[in-house]
This record gives sequence, C-alpha cells and structure tokens, in this order.
Amino acid sequence: MTAESEVIELTLASTLKSVETAEELTTEVCSKAGFDEEEQHRIGMAVHESMINAVHHGNKNDASKQVRLRFQIYPDRLEIHIRDQGTGFDLNRIPNPLEAENLLKVSGRGIFLIRSFVDEFRVEKLEGRGTEVTLVKHKNSRKKLA
Amino acid sequence: MSMKAKTRRVDSVTVVDISGRITLGEDLTELRQLIRNLLAQGQKHILLNLADVTYIDSSGIGELVSGFTAASNQGGQLKLLNLTKKVHDLLQITKLLTVFEVYEDEATAIASFQKATRV
Repeated sequence: MTAESEVIELTLASTLKSVETAEELTTEVCSKAGFDEEEQHRIGMAVHESMINAVHHGNKNDASKQVRLRFQIYPDRLEIHIRDQGTGFDLNRIPNPLEAENLLKVSGRGIFLIRSFVDEFRVEKLEGRGTEVTLVKHKNSRKKLA
Repeated sequence: MSMKAKTRRVDSVTVVDISGRITLGEDLTELRQLIRNLLAQGQKHILLNLADVTYIDSSGIGELVSGFTAASNQGGQLKLLNLTKKVHDLLQITKLLTVFEVYEDEATAIASFQKATRV
C-alpha cells in the first residue's frame, strides 16, 4: 500500500472459475471505490473479458499457469492490472468488429468491449514474464456508449 | 447462476426461454447444440427469449451471431425477444441491433414469423 493508493492483489489459476472470482472481487472493489451499479457492471465486464483473454488466449487454459490481478484505488481513478504468462498480442492487429465484413464473426468483440467500458486500456509485453493489461477507469467520467 | 434453456412451441415457432448467464463455458456449447438440433429437426423459426438473461459476454454474443447465421444458412430465422437493458446496450454498441430482429412482445414476434412464412 502507498500513501496515494490502496492496493488489492491476488493470484488466480487459469480457470473459468477464476474469471468469476475476479468479477466478484471487481464488483466489491468498484463499490468500495465509489462507482455506481451501472459502472460496476461495465468495469466488471471489462475485467471479465480481460480475464478470459488471460486464461484462454494468454495461458491457453493451462491451470498450472497463473493470472495476477491487482487493483489500485486512487482518489480519482481505479487502475486494474491483469498479468498472464502468455506471449501477448498486438492491439493493432485486432480487426474492428464493427466493420461490415466482421459483423457476423463469432469472435473478436472482447477487446472492443473492454475499450468501450474503461477510459484507458494498455497492453504491455513483459520480456520473459508474460503480458500485462492495464484498465483505468476515472471517477465521474461516465463514458458515452456509441 | 448458470444458463438454463427451455424450449416450447408456439404455432410454427420454437421459443427458447433462456435464463442466467450466457458466458464462455459448457453452457455456451449446450446452447449451440440446442440451436443446431432444432435446425436439424426442421424447426427453423427460432425465437430466443432473453428476458431472464442476467449477463452475456462477448462469447455469448458470438453464440447468438452463430445461431443467427446457422438459421439463415438453412433457410430459417432466429430472432430475439425481451432484451434486458444490459443486453440491449451490448447489442447496440456492437452494431448487432442492425443484424437481429428484436421484439418486446411475444405475440408480435410470433406473428412476424408467420408473415414471413406466408410471403
């Protein structure tokens, strides 16, 4: 814990059950941080999609691999860091699911939803140590959905 | 709450009442299989009643799209009934409200299939 932020951190196995655990914790943390119910749902959904990416795509559903989840509550924002043990992905190579040719694709909407529901979304490859995504949601910054 | 799906027949339409969470996992596979089975049995007018769906993720949305495409490819139709605000918002931001026919009233939804059949 620092003087500026409260930190809540846990390590989870790469399972779908962990996705639920992360979501439940997110709702609690968001409530504690002062976000209303609708914002809690949106941030929870961004965490759900990020956890699915970490478990399913990053760690390839290998339960022996871990996902580290860290919440940092600042007076003006909530930062959520999700780190897996995968090789990462390039945001620039993810097709836009709103394009006509992608509209009927079964997959490819997860990152789009994350970006829709938080104010900042960053992906960082950690050389030899996996990939970390960072979600930032500012307080009083209700994002207008398209 | 995990997903539950029950089917009932109204005229030429199979209504699937879905409740709970439509998220990545075994439930999603079951929903896919259910829709594929209906189509294989010749039940090509499918109405998914989402009134009691508490949560849907990107994989769940993908499954709705998959069912829509499977029905269309077999000369059928898959439509949606009773979207909650959360589901409606998700389909709106993903532009899928331009793809799906969505109804708020079951009788109107059922009638829409019959009109299509008569044409």
